[in-house]
Amino acid sequence: MTTNMIEVKGLRVIAGVAPDPVVEIVKGVDFTVKKGEVLALIGESGSGKTTIALALLGYARGGCAIAGGSVKIGDTDVLSLDARGRRALRSRTVAYVAQSASAGFNPARTIMDQVTEPALLHKLMTAAAAREKAVVLFRSLALPNPETIGDRYPHQVSGGQLQRLMAAMALITDPAVVVFDEPTTALDVTTQIEVLAAFKGVVRELGTTAVYVSHDLAVVAQMADRIVVLNGGRVRENGTTAQVLDAPVDEYTRQLLAATRRPEAELTMPDEARDVPLLEIRNLSAGYGRIDAHGVPAVRVLDDVSLKIERGCTLGVIGESGSGKTTLARVIAGLVDRAHGEVLLDGKPLPAKLSERTLEQYRRVQIVFQNADTALNPSRTIADILARPMNFYHGLRGAPAQKRMLELLDLVKLPASIAKRQPGGLSGGQKQRVNLARALAAKPELILCDEVTSALDTVVGAAILDLLAELRRELNVSYMFISHDISTVRAICDEVIVLYAGQCVEAGQRDALSHPPYHPYTGLLVDSVPALRPGWLDSRRAMALGTLPVLGPESDVRELCSFRSRCAARIDGKCNVTPPARKTLPSGAEILCHHSADDLARMQSMETVTA
Amino acid sequence: MKVHAQRLVAARLGLAVLTLFIVSMVVFGITGLLPGDAAQQALGQAATPEQVTALRHQFGLDQPAVTRYLQWLVHVVTGNFGTSLSNNLPVSELIATRLPNSLVLAGLTALVSVPLALVIGIASAMYRGSLVDRVLNVLTLSTVAVPEFLVATIAVLIFAVKLRWLPALSYLSDVSSFGGLLRTYAMPVMTLCCVIVAQMARMTRAAVLDQLNASYVEMALLKGATPMRVVLRHVLPNTIGPIANAVALSLSYLFGGVVIVESIFNYPGLASLMVDAVTNRDMPLVQGCVMVFCAAYLALVLIADLAQIVSNPRLRQR
Amino acid sequence: MNRNVSSHATTMLYEQPPADAPQEQAPVVVKRGALKRLVDRFSVLGLIGLFIVVFWLAVAFVGPVIAPYKGGAFTSTEVFGSYSPAHLLGTDYLGRDMLSRILYGTQYTVGLALASTVAASVIGTFFGLIAAVSGRWVDEVLSRLFDALISIPSKILALVVIAAFGSSIPMLMMVAALAYIPGAFRISRSLAVNIMTLEYVQVAKARGEKLFYIARVEVLPNMIHPMLADFGLRFVFIVLLLSGLSFLGLGVQPPNADWGSLVRENIGGLSEGAPAVLMPAVAIATLTVGVNLLIDSLRRHGARSHGGAQ
Repeated sequence: MTTNMIEVKGLRVIAGVAPDPVVEIVKGVDFTVKKGEVLALIGESGSGKTTIALALLGYARGGCAIAGGSVKIGDTDVLSLDARGRRALRSRTVAYVAQSASAGFNPARTIMDQVTEPALLHKLMTAAAAREKAVVLFRSLALPNPETIGDRYPHQVSGGQLQRLMAAMALITDPAVVVFDEPTTALDVTTQIEVLAAFKGVVRELGTTAVYVSHDLAVVAQMADRIVVLNGGRVRENGTTAQVLDAPVDEYTRQLLAATRRPEAELTMPDEARDVPLLEIRNLSAGYGRIDAHGVPAVRVLDDVSLKIERGCTLGVIGESGSGKTTLARVIAGLVDRAHGEVLLDGKPLPAKLSERTLEQYRRVQIVFQNADTALNPSRTIADILARPMNFYHGLRGAPAQKRMLELLDLVKLPASIAKRQPGGLSGGQKQRVNLARALAAKPELILCDEVTSALDTVVGAAILDLLAELRRELNVSYMFISHDISTVRAICDEVIVLYAGQCVEAGQRDALSHPPYHPYTGLLVDSVPALRPGWLDSRRAMALGTLPVLGPESDVRELCSFRSRCAARIDGKCNVTPPARKTLPSGAEILCHHSADDLARMQSMETVTA
Repeated sequence: MKVHAQRLVAARLGLAVLTLFIVSMVVFGITGLLPGDAAQQALGQAATPEQVTALRHQFGLDQPAVTRYLQWLVHVVTGNFGTSLSNNLPVSELIATRLPNSLVLAGLTALVSVPLALVIGIASAMYRGSLVDRVLNVLTLSTVAVPEFLVATIAVLIFAVKLRWLPALSYLSDVSSFGGLLRTYAMPVMTLCCVIVAQMARMTRAAVLDQLNASYVEMALLKGATPMRVVLRHVLPNTIGPIANAVALSLSYLFGGVVIVESIFNYPGLASLMVDAVTNRDMPLVQGCVMVFCAAYLALVLIADLAQIVSNPRLRQR
Repeated sequence: MNRNVSSHATTMLYEQPPADAPQEQAPVVVKRGALKRLVDRFSVLGLIGLFIVVFWLAVAFVGPVIAPYKGGAFTSTEVFGSYSPAHLLGTDYLGRDMLSRILYGTQYTVGLALASTVAASVIGTFFGLIAAVSGRWVDEVLSRLFDALISIPSKILALVVIAAFGSSIPMLMMVAALAYIPGAFRISRSLAVNIMTLEYVQVAKARGEKLFYIARVEVLPNMIHPMLADFGLRFVFIVLLLSGLSFLGLGVQPPNADWGSLVRENIGGLSEGAPAVLMPAVAIATLTVGVNLLIDSLRRHGARSHGGAQ
């Protein structure tokens, strides 16, 4: 008979201390987890999922307190333990893997020091035995150089590796329960898949019970046996993964699923063939540091990027961290200087420096940023914020300005009463809508959306995407939509380009992303996005944890393929010696690769077939 | 130290030297160029124009400002500060007699204040929010704002007048024995310590709290470490740099306080020499004292910066 | 005493308010007394500080009017007299009433310090904004210049300037301002530079706004709150500097007297423990400690309710 490993009944957590207002953040939560099972706690920000996860260790963050209910791990009643008892429990019976690995590691001590610390703290083994065990764990988590990685300091190791090291730190004491708190949220999707595969493998191997906290349904679908959906501190749904994904009972769960499984919008072809695209970029290079004789800056952020946006169309720019996508938007907006290349707006050159641009040029290109919190001046009201561009570009004042402002608020689906408020009191979604309204106030032709939904909850972000699509239909405005999330881009964009390390590795219609052949990096991206069906991760394990083909020493040419260090299809003698040629794939997309389209089609289909 | 750190250190040193140059320009500008004609002042209203011109030539005042500055700078760098106007002795000699006294005073103050401040600062950070912390906070907040001469007068009142334990003025001849040393230095050091300890304790507390709020501290707690262990093994190694910075900066406040303390206790140090020079408008002496003070101050601030750089693990390991 | 925030400190003099500090009370159905609300906003210590500050500000204006003995009247034959009903704070070295002397001196201490602080803060903020908003060269030049000024301890700088130019009242004001402008510059520049990296300033730039608009509308309003705290701090430093100078005989000259001069002229009474020596020094202490308490409580409670740079 499988016993319950974790039993949570009526858990209540409050924030604030009387006589100040006290808020209940966890309002009576129940769930159980059997031994060896993986339970997912899913919810958006503010749902209380991290608080519940911490309560499993008997811990409450500063300002919060566990007010009621019971938490049983095995036979121990966690909440009735005193401080000493809880300390003995932590990392021995229940271990925690934090969200941000770089924040969870002490920058001044070596990794091995910190990974072995729990074992030594609880006096479970000698230091030498702990070191050996750590190395074994490193190996099973597929970390490179398992014998020596422990001697490094946290800042010398990448994010994905740090996250796995944190898992090793949690597993070193063979705990009965491991709590994973959003461990892959801060990672790129291509890194995420390696980490997820490693976690799943090791948890299964050791038979540990796990609680996995996340906001991403697709990730959770891969990792968990059961799902608990949380909203506003309450449990909305509790069931097996299959049941929750296929036949959700609760309305909120359905909303969440709908937001995650966005249908693709129809492709709109430009209504007439215009000879002049709205925005054209030719051979753009930008970066920092000193510029050498070739006009290339010391640190290259963007390298020879070219693209076109037609009027009324949306171009998606996909890239992960370090791809240069944010710099691209800023160069177009004039905030960052370019080292080389041209930007043409409606056929006419757009000056690199802001001071050289005309009012019309300022007006036609508007930018909306990712972080809504810092994109609005906190000391002004919404009315003031919206009034300024109207006044600045169109000279609107007084009654006409007031009327236009109400129109704008209506366009972005905000109530008129919001105009008197200041940004501090608004929610993330509302702030982002105000951002959009401010951009629209100028009557622009091109809006640069820099990761506008990345900082928002899934449901809220989905609503913003709907709004963007609607605005496009009504106003015929073009977007450059920058994101790291392929599914978001697929939802609203007509054309896409894929950036890697500052280079454009693939450019084409949106359909080019639906099936192979694609550029190896695009292939990696597409394959790394978790699907909403369980079992996807297992089928990808081979790809995720496989080793790359050997590559010999490199020649000194500058324009070598930027993806060669991670490419599973790299050819020794070609990829490290000569720059790749430009090819056109059957889908119409253009890529830079040594392989022919047929080769790629073969290799990439094989992967999906064996999946 | 790795190359990157070395480069940073070299850059800071270079910056310090540059700043010292600019400071010398400012000092010379204020004391040497602006006050008007020293020759005219020396001779008084009744002097004839020829006498004034002759004296100006003798002083070298008819040369362009830049030349005068460069001459002065060369002299300063070689240790020749000129001659004191009030007693015709070489300035460098006067400074040399008084400087060691000030150094002793500063050294003793540092010796006493640093351990005390560190204990207070770290303890209040560790027990933040508790009654002890809040009381200490109010005390340090108040002490930091109190003028030195109030502390000095109260100290003299209590220890010299009422209790008669210590002499009101410091006679350096008395320092032969340890008891004599204690008695002579007790009150000046105590006065200086009062404010410095408060300042240092506050900065130490802030530096430690900064680290205590870091996320890895929560992680350490979740590993089952006791709060004491968290502080000792996790936080303190990271706070060495910020604390050294805080200590060096607080000690730099000595440069202001020592002026008052030396005057009120009649202590024969460099600061009281400077005050006398200012009262007598003895320019060469003023210039000499100021340059010595500024150099020492910059050195202390430089140490504070270097402590920050060196203690950053990212720079040490790269 | 030089308590400048040094050019190189990354450890600020300010502490961050504790993360678990209680929230401000929302207006609840129960009508709470105005006093209780004040206490909540300021905390008890902050209220004490506020009271002291308001008290001395008032005295600065009406001091001479309410003083029991006018002018420099010699009212007693007793020199360094102790506390008595006729002379609440004793008499000074010439037999004059100390209470009146202190009340008259308030104008000099508070007024002079206030004027210098306003000058230092305004000028420092102005240059700080310019340095943050303009290009690299302007920023570098200004920063080097003010760095050099900060490298001279404030008392020493003051002494140098006084040696050169004497200690008239306008000169004292200038000297005090000069010594503390660099500190205000440093803080305002650092605040402004931080604000400039925020996206709403980027949006304004991309919109095509001129630098003057950005400085005035986007940056300055979000800096005001921390700069006010800095203003208070600067005031404390300047009071201590000026009274220290007067104590050394290099500040306010006779027949005018600020509190520091009062301590100086009555130093002879130290061996008797006369109030004449103690009281002016205590007055200075109450003023500076009061301001410190006030700023500290404002910083703890105000930081939570305001957005912008902190």
